[in-house]
Amino acid sequence: MKNRVGSVVLAGLAFALALSGCYREKRPTTAPPGTSGVTQPTSTAQPAPIVVSHYTDNAYAVSQGKTWYRAFNCNGCHAAGGGNMGPPLMDAKWRYGADPASIYASIAYGRPNGMPAFGAHLTEDQIWQLAAFVRSLSGQLSKNVASSRGDTLQDGKGESRREKETPVQEQTPAVER
Amino acid sequence: MKTRAALFASGALAAAGAAAAPFQDALRPAGAQAAHIGKLWNFTLGLCTLVFVAIVVACLVALWRAPRADHESMADVSSLARPESRIHRRIAWAVGLSAIGLLALLAADVFTSRAMARLPLEGAVNIELVGHQWWWEARYRDADPSREFTTANELHIPVGRPVIVTLHSSDVIHSLWIPNLQGKKDLIPGRTAILRLRADRPGVYRGQCAEFCGLEHALMALQVTAEPSQGYEAWAERQRQPAPAPATALARRGQQVFLGTTCVMCHTIGGTTAGAGLGPNLTHLASRQTIGAGMFPNNRGYLAGWIADPQAMKPGVNMPANSLPPDDLQALLTYLETLK
Repeated sequence: MKNRVGSVVLAGLAFALALSGCYREKRPTTAPPGTSGVTQPTSTAQPAPIVVSHYTDNAYAVSQGKTWYRAFNCNGCHAAGGGNMGPPLMDAKWRYGADPASIYASIAYGRPNGMPAFGAHLTEDQIWQLAAFVRSLSGQLSKNVASSRGDTLQDGKGESRREKETPVQEQTPAVER
Repeated sequence: MKTRAALFASGALAAAGAAAAPFQDALRPAGAQAAHIGKLWNFTLGLCTLVFVAIVVACLVALWRAPRADHESMADVSSLARPESRIHRRIAWAVGLSAIGLLALLAADVFTSRAMARLPLEGAVNIELVGHQWWWEARYRDADPSREFTTANELHIPVGRPVIVTLHSSDVIHSLWIPNLQGKKDLIPGRTAILRLRADRPGVYRGQCAEFCGLEHALMALQVTAEPSQGYEAWAERQRQPAPAPATALARRGQQVFLGTTCVMCHTIGGTTAGAGLGPNLTHLASRQTIGAGMFPNNRGYLAGWIADPQAMKPGVNMPANSLPPDDLQALLTYLETLK
């Protein structure tokens, strides 16, 4: 009898120990401090971008970025990262920088040759999430953060299974007339 | 979390005060299908009550017949050693009765399904209902495409006319349950499910997502208004119209705010250039009674709070916090209030 009580207590303790290993991923439903440091440029000069993105190591933010990428029709020009009218985003070549801040600037303020400025139409939060997702397209994020599948028809390997590309600077093409 | 609970409580109170709160009660069927389910429920309840009473009575009889003891004499347990009389016959009776009871339940179940499948569908209203995390998108289908329209979180259906609800999901598994009108039906991504129902009594009925679908699953409600045919047709005709052009300077500015900032990326307003499909269609936002999928009453205050910071009111929704200048927000609200 005593033995049985002991084993029940022991099983309970083991269960409690196993439970302590569970945790819930914290989802940033509001913007963390530090991501809202970028303000609208008052002149044509490039503003000094902040360099810290809290979203490149957060799976929820990256998957939100993936949702925005499809919903805001980034596909329209960049396809699913393979590029078409716009440059591909899943390769190693970067014209305007591969770091989160440069990608933020590309989305918010636009780039020559057709990339529109989305700064007025997206919140800073959304742009950071998009920037994080765009980096996952070329395998820049760690595998436990990038998405493994999409909500729709699969358009290639999940971002978490992509080889990490080493970003190289590509010459910006001359403005076409 | 506390503020959120308080918000929700006050929202619920306000909603209850503003109008008769839509009720959700499977025991008070308001339609043909729910009536069949109600009958099945009553039959099951009656039969199970009989079984329960029979078991309790058998226990009481056994207790009454058990050998007694008091503090002077031991119980006479000699009867326990004797084999029970007619044991096989008793067990056969019990098994037979149980089998008949279970078969009766099975038969009632089959007949209920058959009766529900026989709902006449002539002249049905066709609605495509899409489940999103965490709201409902309703597209009213029509043979003439120009008469189709889209709304959100609120269905209007004519009393006495069948409704065919085609169910889709855009993300995860949801389930539609409007207890007063029909049973549950799951919405599985990539598959089409069909729910047929008919409301026989006018009223406002609450539907609810009945399959856990994420953070705000419990707050994914659908309001169904069953009204006489005339009222329904009038409502549908209003919904088919594009949004009226803003009449005042303030409303015009509000429209510019809508089209010039973040709103336009996700929402549609018929009659403007806003045509995105990620969030609810807002063409007739002001005609709806609630916002946030049945969470808050649709008035200026809640709408302002929702636009400014939805994450404080319903954490996890796709809508981001919008830091609009106060004047722009007021203009936007004025414009949204014109979308009757």
